[in-house]
Amino acid sequence: MTNFTVAVLVRNEFGVLNRVTSMFRRRRFNISSLTVSETEVPELSRITVSSSGLETDKKQLINQLYKLPDVCSIKELDIVESVSCELLLIKVKNDPESRADVRDAAQAFGAKTLDYTRDSVIMRLTGTSREIDAFIDLMRDFTILEICRTGIVSLERGSDTIRRTDL
Amino acid sequence: MKLSGSDIIVRTLIEQGVDTVFGYPGGQILNVYDSLYKYQDEILHVLTAHEQGAAHAADGYARATGRPGVVIATSGPGATNLVTGIATAYLDSVPMIAITGNVPTYQLGTDSFQEIDITGITLPITKHNYIVGSVEELADTIREAFRLAASGRPGPVLIDVPKDIQIASCEYTPQEPVSAEPRRPAKDIRIEAAAECINQSQRPFIYFGGGLINSEAQDELCALAEKLDAPIGCSLMGISGIPTDHPRFLGMQGMHGHYASSMAMHRADCIISLGVRFNDRVTGNRAKFATNAKIIHIDVDGAELDKTVNAAHSMRGDLKLTLQKLLPLLAQKKLPEWRRTIEGLKFEERQVTDSREGLTPRAAMLELNKFLGENTPVATDVGQHQMWAAQSLSFRKTRRFISSGGLGTMGFGMGAAIGASFASKERAVLVTGDGGFGMCLNELATAVTYKVPLVILIMNNGVLGMVRQWQTLFFDKHYSNTVLNRKTDFVALAKAFGADGASASTVEELNKALEKAFSCDGPFVVDCMIDKDEFVLPMLPPGGSMDDIITKVDIGGDQDD
Repeated sequence: MTNFTVAVLVRNEFGVLNRVTSMFRRRRFNISSLTVSETEVPELSRITVSSSGLETDKKQLINQLYKLPDVCSIKELDIVESVSCELLLIKVKNDPESRADVRDAAQAFGAKTLDYTRDSVIMRLTGTSREIDAFIDLMRDFTILEICRTGIVSLERGSDTIRRTDL
Repeated sequence: MKLSGSDIIVRTLIEQGVDTVFGYPGGQILNVYDSLYKYQDEILHVLTAHEQGAAHAADGYARATGRPGVVIATSGPGATNLVTGIATAYLDSVPMIAITGNVPTYQLGTDSFQEIDITGITLPITKHNYIVGSVEELADTIREAFRLAASGRPGPVLIDVPKDIQIASCEYTPQEPVSAEPRRPAKDIRIEAAAECINQSQRPFIYFGGGLINSEAQDELCALAEKLDAPIGCSLMGISGIPTDHPRFLGMQGMHGHYASSMAMHRADCIISLGVRFNDRVTGNRAKFATNAKIIHIDVDGAELDKTVNAAHSMRGDLKLTLQKLLPLLAQKKLPEWRRTIEGLKFEERQVTDSREGLTPRAAMLELNKFLGENTPVATDVGQHQMWAAQSLSFRKTRRFISSGGLGTMGFGMGAAIGASFASKERAVLVTGDGGFGMCLNELATAVTYKVPLVILIMNNGVLGMVRQWQTLFFDKHYSNTVLNRKTDFVALAKAFGADGASASTVEELNKALEKAFSCDGPFVVDCMIDKDEFVLPMLPPGGSMDDIITKVDIGGDQDD
């Protein structure tokens, strides 16, 4: 079992996300993270999918994606050859006993405070999924009220792009 | 010229070379039916008894010709009634265009009368589907649908057209029929590696499926077999791909495949697999499947490679073009030892082949064989009769065996046979069972109305034979809900529909009935009585391997019914 991340360029059509996720569901792919956004070209959207499985699962996922007519281009993003990050918003309880420890942890990770009230504090952290996991783990020592994370976005290093093929 | 959306739909179909469509009218597709009325001299609409029948007819039309079949239905229940037909086509890679009406755009999403999200419903059973957003994009959407349906691995495409778009009008300019995307051979480097592997083989076996028929690679396949001195087997979908009497052809593979074909594949050291997808009905227990063999897998759909079995060499590409590149790289083989093994297997097969006297299923199929012309399309339903037909019928031309393989749809045959007859302009044959025929026999009305020359051979055993077979073998003869024993008189029923029929309990009666059936102008039902405990043999038990093959069953006494 390995983790892998695949970037998919799709036509920005109505219901395209549904087509992609419907295929994942029916073929029982194990998706850990999925993000969608518009791209530098208005007709295209970019989906970043993270999944885990055997090499054959990865091949199947990519091959099945290629069969969707809305899919224009696919690239597996190697962990070394690409830059990945994720964004976390976390709300923890703000009480006098833990206040200093929470602040120290946030400082160590470079998390930014976005909202500060008598009872709660919201922090934002961007980083790799691993850093975010570690930060959340640390916060479990205190009282986490809410968590929201975006899922992975990823770009290949260097000047190469996913849009090798034409539309 | 400026045309309404509904006119554009019909004109674009005509432009794409469609001469026949199947369907059923209704509220949200009325405009299209008005246009069909207008253009009735240029395009024939066949009205079926039920939308399911229309979908299967479009499927049968496509299987018989290789061109996309077209089905039209209204919104809501009209659209949902197509679902089984679309799924059947999807699982067997049949090009089909389904056009459905829907409520006007401004009513979409409000649960209007007969509104259904048919694009949502058919998402997993179509290659692609569309809900048309404006009349301006209608013609191009239909063209793209035709291109998609026929390209690469074919399949069904659905176009949902809200009523306001059928009414709106815009400029329409006829275009040439679209062509499928260009075919490509597999990569040279992969072909070379496969050739090296094949050249080392001492016991090669060629195994083909429906992909061979789609790629029209028969000549290349036969050349390959000659070069490798190899036997040939096929999947259910491959039947009629090459002539049944081809000297190297051992017949169908798999759960109910020919003994020699299955055994030869089991003993082979190299299986050259062409346009197949190693379904569980073919492989049985995958851990024990062809353990001695290196598998070479060529398919136009890359997602089929290494999906269920791991091939030594797998490559994506068009079969015909890939084989053309592969053939010159192969050394001419002479394999007398392998040939002797195959002859031995054929001998063993003859020993286990049913040779009983009387109206056995095999005798019925052999009798039917005498009447089949080289162009006669034969459709089946699903179950024992389907396997008997697959095992014992002879075909000389491709696209003449029309059967639901992947989805296994009972009730498929009636519509499919009608569609195949329209497509081939030939008398069609339906081999069915009393169970399967009971599901969609309403289409007898269609066959009568259009005077479709159609021989319907019902293998009537009063039970759901295939399920019963499993109950006999694996469920202690608990015949739960498989004993029909209905009082339906199929000959009288045929007459009530305006058709004709005869029943047969002996080979002589069957011969006479078929004689009448094959000289009848319209549909003719032959009610062929067979014993309820006939088996389809040989049988590989589900999840079993060749070591578990069943060639004889003694059912003994002690039955539940």
